[in-house]
Amino acid sequence: MSRIRSAPPRYFLVVLAVLFLAGLPTVITSFQASEWAGALILAIAMMGLNILVGYSGQISLGHGAFMALGAYTSAILAHRYNVDYLVTIPIAGLITGIAGFLFGIPALRLSALYLALATFALAVVTPSLIKRPAGFTGGVQGIILLQPDPPQFMKDAFSAVTGTPMTSDQWIYYITFVCAVLLFWFAWNIVRHRPGRAMRAIRDGEVAAAASGVNVAGYKTLAFGLSAFYAGIAGSLFGLSTGFVSPDTFPVGLSIQLLVGAVVGGLASIPGPLLGAVFAYFLPIESNQWVPSQTWIPSQIAATVVKAGPAVTYGAILILVMIFAPNGVVGLVTAAYFRLRRRLRGAGDRETGQMPPGAQTV
Amino acid sequence: MARNASRLAAMAAFLVTLAACGGSSAPSAQTDVGVTSNSILLGNTIALSGPAAGYGTIANAENAYFTYINNTQGGVNGRKINFKILDDAYNPAQTVPLTKQLVEQDQVFAMFSGLGTQAQTSVRDYLNSKKVPQLFVATGATTFMADFSSHNYTIGWQPPYQGEAHIYAKDILANHPNAKIGVLYQNDDYGQDYLKGLNDGLGSKASMIVDKESYDVSAAVPTLASQLSKLKASGADTLFLFTTPAFTIGSLAIVTKLGWTPATIYLNSVSNPQVYMGFAAKSGAALKNVTSVGYIKDPTDPQWANDAGMKLYKTVIANCSTCNVNDGFNIYGAAVAWSMVDVLTKAGSNMTRANVMNIAGSQLNETNNPFLLPGVVVKTTSSDHFPITQEQVINWNGTGWTLTGSLIDERGTIK
Amino acid sequence: MQEFLQQVVSGLASGGIFASLALALVLIYNAMGLVNFAQGEMAMFATFIAFVLIAHGMSYWIAFPVTLVLAFAGGIAVQRIVIRPVEHAPVLTLVIVTLGLATLFNGAAGFLFGYVPRSFPSPFSVQTVNILGAYASYQDLGVIAVSGVVLFAIYLLLQHTTIGLTMRAAAHHPEASRLLGVHVSWMLALGWGLASAVGAVSGIMAAPALLLQPDMMQTVIIYAFAAAVLGGIESPLGAVVGGLIVGVTVNFAGAYLPFVGGDLQLAVALAIIVAVLVVKPNGLFGRPAVRRV
Repeated sequence: MSRIRSAPPRYFLVVLAVLFLAGLPTVITSFQASEWAGALILAIAMMGLNILVGYSGQISLGHGAFMALGAYTSAILAHRYNVDYLVTIPIAGLITGIAGFLFGIPALRLSALYLALATFALAVVTPSLIKRPAGFTGGVQGIILLQPDPPQFMKDAFSAVTGTPMTSDQWIYYITFVCAVLLFWFAWNIVRHRPGRAMRAIRDGEVAAAASGVNVAGYKTLAFGLSAFYAGIAGSLFGLSTGFVSPDTFPVGLSIQLLVGAVVGGLASIPGPLLGAVFAYFLPIESNQWVPSQTWIPSQIAATVVKAGPAVTYGAILILVMIFAPNGVVGLVTAAYFRLRRRLRGAGDRETGQMPPGAQTV
Repeated sequence: MARNASRLAAMAAFLVTLAACGGSSAPSAQTDVGVTSNSILLGNTIALSGPAAGYGTIANAENAYFTYINNTQGGVNGRKINFKILDDAYNPAQTVPLTKQLVEQDQVFAMFSGLGTQAQTSVRDYLNSKKVPQLFVATGATTFMADFSSHNYTIGWQPPYQGEAHIYAKDILANHPNAKIGVLYQNDDYGQDYLKGLNDGLGSKASMIVDKESYDVSAAVPTLASQLSKLKASGADTLFLFTTPAFTIGSLAIVTKLGWTPATIYLNSVSNPQVYMGFAAKSGAALKNVTSVGYIKDPTDPQWANDAGMKLYKTVIANCSTCNVNDGFNIYGAAVAWSMVDVLTKAGSNMTRANVMNIAGSQLNETNNPFLLPGVVVKTTSSDHFPITQEQVINWNGTGWTLTGSLIDERGTIK
Repeated sequence: MQEFLQQVVSGLASGGIFASLALALVLIYNAMGLVNFAQGEMAMFATFIAFVLIAHGMSYWIAFPVTLVLAFAGGIAVQRIVIRPVEHAPVLTLVIVTLGLATLFNGAAGFLFGYVPRSFPSPFSVQTVNILGAYASYQDLGVIAVSGVVLFAIYLLLQHTTIGLTMRAAAHHPEASRLLGVHVSWMLALGWGLASAVGAVSGIMAAPALLLQPDMMQTVIIYAFAAAVLGGIESPLGAVVGGLIVGVTVNFAGAYLPFVGGDLQLAVALAIIVAVLVVKPNGLFGRPAVRRV
C-alpha cells in the first residue's frame, strides 16, 4: 500500500488540529486558554517520553526530573541573570538535552527493569535534590516568575479578531502552541527518517539491529538526549505558565502523569501524546469538578468520585489501557479506521496481500 | 465542517458577549465581583488528597461554620456565603490553575484560607495584581504578614512561626537558663522560620543551641534516628522538634527508643493536638516534660466542657459529616471562618474587595472570637499586619495539655 | 564511639523494615522476573485491613494471620485479574501495570480510610536494651527477627518443598515445566500470593514506627528497591542483608557526610541503586545475568 493513498486523511487531520489549536483562544476564555496551554505543555513532554519509550524502547519513570531541570534553568536565567524568558526556552531545552544524553550513557548498561527502578527513584528524590543548592534554586521559597505581556503586534492581531485585549495567559498559550507545533513536526521528521528507523529496530531487537549495522549505543543515548530536550522545553514552558517554580511543583506524581498520558494516547505514534495530554490534564480537573456539577449524577456517586480523587481513576485506566488497548487511543482509532476501510473497499486491499499499517508504523 | 465553524463562531460571539458583560456591566457602587444581593462567593484551595491531605479537613470545618451562619442568621447582611473548595494536592503547579479558575471562571469575591506556603506563594503575585483578596492564608510563614506593604491583598491569620519560637525562647530563658538545646527541624520554610525565631529569641544566648539537625520531608520516619542520635550525642538536654505531625510523633517515639530522656521537649503548635500525642504514646514515646504553645481552645480539654464557645463549635461542626470533632484542625477552621464572617459583617453594605481587604489587613480588632483562648485578640492596624501574636505555654500532663502561665504577646517583635 | 554504635544499631532497626519489604520484591522477581512497583502500596493496604479488623475488636494475634490469608488471596486475585492478561507482554507493559496498581491501591486507601495518620499496635514492647552503650528497642529487634523468620520460611519453602521447587522451575524454565504438566500461570499466581503475604508482614511490622497512612510506604519502597538491588534482586538472603546495609548506610551518610546531611537521606537510596547497577549489576548475592539473544 502506498504512502500516498493513506496520506490525505492524515494531512487533513494535521491541518485541522493545527487550525483548531490556533483558533481556540479566540473562542474560549483567558483562563481556559491557560488550561489548554497546560495540556499542550504536557503534550510536549509526553512527545519526548514517547520518543524514548515508544520508539527507542527504553523506560523512564522520571521525566518529571528533566522537566524540573528545564524549568529551573529558565527560571534561574530569567530571574537571576535577567535573560528574556523566550530566549531561555531553547537554552533550557539544550541543557536538559545534554543532561539526558549524559544520563543515557550509564543507562545503556541497565536492563529495562533496572532503568525503570533507577528513574523512578530519581523522580521521588527530585524535590529534595532541588532544595539542596538553596542559594541557586531559591530552595523551598521557589522562584517567582513574571508572566510576560504580549508584544504589541500580537495584541493588535488578537483584538482585531476577538475585540478583547490579549492577556498574558493567552500569549503564553501561543508561545506554547508554536513550540508544540515545531516540536511535533520535528518528531514526525525524526521518526520517519533514519534515526527513527534505527530506534524502532533497536526497540524490536537490539541484537538484530546491531547485526544490521545500527549504532545501538549511539541511537539509544540520542533518544535519551532528544527525549530530555523535549522535557526541558516543556519544563521551561511549565515554569512560565505557572509563574512559579518550587520543589513541590515537581512531585513524583508529575512523572506518573506523563507516563499515563503517553500510554493512554498511544506509544509510538505522533498524535498520541497530544490526545494523551488532553486526557491526563483534564481528567483530574473534570473528575473533581464536572462530575459534582452534573445534577443527573446521583450526589452519592458524585461525592464518591470526588473523594476517590484522580488516583483511583488514573490507576484503573492505566491498567485497563495496558490490557485492552496497549496502543492507546490512537491504536484504537487506527484499528477502527482500517477495519472500516477494509469493509468499505476491502476487496481491493486484500488483493494486494498487504496488511494495513498499525499505529506502530507511524 | 461548515456547520461546526458556524457553531464555533456563535460560541465565540456568545463568549465575547459574556466576557464583555462580566467586564463592563457597571457594578453598583458598593459591591464587587462575586457578590450579589443575596450571596457572596469565596474560594479556597487546599490539599484534599496527597501527602498533606490531613489538613484538608480545615476547609470542611470552615464550610461548616459558613453553613451554620447561613442557616441560623441567613448569612451576613442578608447575603449567604458560598464556599468553593478545590483540591490542589499541596502542589503549587495545581494551585495556580485552580486559583485562576476560581478568580476568572467562578468569579469568587475573595480567596480564603488557602493552604501551604509554597502553594500560596505561587498565587500571591497573581492575586495581588488582580486585586483579589487572599485572606487568612493557612500558614504561619512570616512573609504573609511581614510583606504586607508589597502585597497588600494578602494577609495571614495564625501566629507566625517565628513569634511562636520567640515564646519558646522566653520560656527556656526563664525556666531553664542553663539548657543545652538540640533542634530537629524540617528543611523548608516552616522549619527554618521556627529555627530563625528561636535564634532571634535567644539573642545573645543563641549559643545555648549546641546542635541542630535537619531532615527532608521525603525521609522515612525511622531514619530520623540518625539525626536524633547525633543530637543525643551532642550533649543536648533539651530537644526542640520543629517538625510536621507524622515526624513529630515518630521522633517522640524514637527519642524514647534511643534511651534518651531530655529534660524538656518543645513541640511546635501545629503537631500538638491531643490525638497526635495519643499516637505518640501508643508508639512508645515516654512524653515526659513536653511543652508547646496554644492559642485555640482544645476540644479535648475538659476545662472547656461548659464553655459557650466550645458548645458553639460542637453545634457548628455537626454540619460537617466527615469532621472529627476532636481534631484540632477543625476548631482552627471554625475560628478562622469566624474572623472571615467578622470581616464581612464589618464591611456591611460596602462589599468591595478594597474595603474588605482594608478591614482584614488594617482594621481587625476581635476580642471575642469564641474559639480562641480567652484574651487572644485578633488585631491588625495600619502599621501592624500580624493578626494573632499571643500564645500561651502548655504542658503535657499525660492525658491532655495544661495551660501554664499567662498569654505571651509577641506583637511588634517580628519584622 | 557510642554515637557511632548507636548509628549502627538504629540503622539496623530501619534496615529491618526495608529488608522485609525487599523480601516481597525478591519473591515476585523470582516468580516472573519483574519488580512490582505496587509492592509497598499492597503492603500498606493489607495493613489497613489488619487495622480495620483490630478496630472491630479482633485480637491482634487473630487479625495478623487473617490479614496474611487475605493478603495471600488478594495477591493471587491481582495476578489472575491484572497481571495474567499481560504476562507475556514486554517489561515496559508490566512495569506500567504495576505502577497503575500502585496508584490504584494508594488512591483506594485514601478513599476508604482517609489520609489522617493512625497509630498501629506493635506486638513488641518499646522497652530498650543497652548494647555497649547503644540502645535498641524490643520493637526494632522484633522487626529484624521477624524478617529473619520470614527469610527462613521462604528458604524452606523454595528449597525444601515440592511446591517451592515447582515454583522455581516454572519461573526459570516455563516451557519445560509446562511439558511436565506444571500449571505455570498458577505458579506465578502463587508467587504473587506469597509476595503479597510477605508484604503484609512487612507493612504490619513497619506501621507502628511509620504511622499508618496511605503514603506510609512511598519512601520505604525506594529503600526496599535499593536493598533488593544491592542484595542481587533474586536472592532472599541478599534482600535482608541488603536492607540492613542500606539502613546503616543511610544513617552513616546522614550523620557523617556533611554533603548529604539530613536533607538528602532518600537520595542515598538512589545513589546506592545507581552505583550497584553501574558497578556490580548482580549485587552482592546475585548470579551473573546471562543476556538471552
